[in-house]
Amino acid sequence: MTDYVFHLYIYGSNALGKRATSNLNLIIENDLASSVTLEIIDVKLDPEAAEQHRVLATPTLIKTRPLPTRRIVGDLSDRSAVLEALGVISENHWHE
Amino acid sequence: MSSTYSELKTPDRLPTGITGFDELTHGGIPRNRSTLVGGSAGSGKTLFALQFLAHGVEQFDENGVLVTFEENPEDMVRNTTSLGWKLAKHIDEGRIAVVDASPVAGESPVRSGNYDLSALISRVEHAANKVGAKRVILDSVGALFPQVVDAQIVRTELFRLVCALRMMGVTSLITAERSSEDGPIARYDVEEFVADNVMLLRNRQDNERRRRTMEIVKLRGAAHMTGEFPFTIDGQEGLTLSPLAAIRLNHTSLTTRISSGITKLDEMCKGGPFRDSIILVSGATGTGKTLMVAQFMKAGIDAGERSLLFAFEESESQLTRNANAWGVDYAKAQQEGSLKIVAEYPESRSLIDHLVRIKQIIEEYKPTRVAIDSLSALERMSSSKSFREFVLGITSHMKSVSAAGLFTNTSEKLMGGDSITETHISTITDQIIVLRYVEIRGEMRRGITVLKMRGSYHDNAIREYTIDSGGINITEPFTNVAGILSGNGVHTLIDDRKLLANMFEANSD
Repeated sequence: MTDYVFHLYIYGSNALGKRATSNLNLIIENDLASSVTLEIIDVKLDPEAAEQHRVLATPTLIKTRPLPTRRIVGDLSDRSAVLEALGVISENHWHE
Repeated sequence: MSSTYSELKTPDRLPTGITGFDELTHGGIPRNRSTLVGGSAGSGKTLFALQFLAHGVEQFDENGVLVTFEENPEDMVRNTTSLGWKLAKHIDEGRIAVVDASPVAGESPVRSGNYDLSALISRVEHAANKVGAKRVILDSVGALFPQVVDAQIVRTELFRLVCALRMMGVTSLITAERSSEDGPIARYDVEEFVADNVMLLRNRQDNERRRRTMEIVKLRGAAHMTGEFPFTIDGQEGLTLSPLAAIRLNHTSLTTRISSGITKLDEMCKGGPFRDSIILVSGATGTGKTLMVAQFMKAGIDAGERSLLFAFEESESQLTRNANAWGVDYAKAQQEGSLKIVAEYPESRSLIDHLVRIKQIIEEYKPTRVAIDSLSALERMSSSKSFREFVLGITSHMKSVSAAGLFTNTSEKLMGGDSITETHISTITDQIIVLRYVEIRGEMRRGITVLKMRGSYHDNAIREYTIDSGGINITEPFTNVAGILSGNGVHTLIDDRKLLANMFEANSD
């Protein structure tokens, strides 16, 4: 089983960031069978980190493990786009 | 913030430090606002922006932020290392902060749901706070559109960024690419939402050469000059402008007279040309223009002045040899430092580059006399507009340093006729001397006349002259000949000098 390392860049406590966080948590729970390390970075508090990783948009999810590194921009509401980008073929269906 | 409307003032200016630009805009770009610089690929907009940042640190003690959306910042800095300003040093010393928003290689982001560019805005704000920036450049915003995909988001967010910068009291310069030299100001209609002020840089083909120009399209609430202004990019300063129209006609006029080197010609000018006048000598090939230059130079050398000769038709050794034949020792004068000869092919550089160089040499050598032999050689390689700008640039520069100028012009026709050079620049020059061939009874003779001389009486006659080892010998006025200036010398039976003078008057209009 693959271990995932995620970095989620959000801005302050705005709605986009909140949605991205909850959407990501749902995906982790429902679609990813392995262990996940998630770091949430608030660019308002830590712009230097955004600079270092050249993040333009918020929310941005960066998957650093497993390789290759992938970037997903947005509030992660398009679940299938996220899963496709993460290289996960999901057996489950999404329940709203 | 002003508490009442009547306390509001027109926007203050922030000098860029770019030579010529601050004159063109009457002081610089509006402070605390954003200015859009549009231009096609290779028009010099990135250089302009980087120069604005570097000059900020070097000349005005103002720190800055470089935000790049397109090129990698290392490459941008590397491209400026040959220039006189030190971008790399300012970055290392923490006076210029870099925000690298260029595309991350091999990582095209996947989109899932809504987003904004708060991270970018935070980064720029953070960088500006870190160095206490007064100047920010965004280069170039068009590159953000393919990166972000959703154009509407880019527009909204750029607008938010520009507002944030304004709140911080920062002056920003935003570059944007255009797909052609004419047509829309920038791709993606950037100007509609980000800029109070718009300027365009152009790089056009002009007589097989590139001609770079700058135009201020709008400067909100502020006066500026209109039209396209030529600029050049050199290896030292970078971008420099020559806003010729910015030159005001406020040179002090001198009443001192100098010698043209030909005693009789000085008499025809009632004592010689003025100290700061620009003289145009026009004539067909072989009429003695280069000789007149030699005599003009010699008069300067003899008077202990410093003379400068720009030769565009002959090499230095050829000029020296020919001058020797007329008793003018160029080599000795050069050794003694009273003469400098700069011989070049007209095609060696563009007209605007010639102008910059000629000005530089005048600055360095500080001559009191300058000759250009010939102007028409330079004219051949340019459009009439840029040629006029060139002559205007040189004459005004010479007037500002109170140097006398003698420019030669080769008229195309052997007999009479006028040339484009004359018609285009005759109003810029103070004095015009015309040399003409005159055919009288199957014999070729030469005639000279002072066509115009500002601020002085002058001889109206067309006098005959000969050339020998002593140079130009001016003798008596032609009599019984009419139509010399038009090139059709007609022998008249009436000995009437007045008639001759009248014909000349008619021709000079």
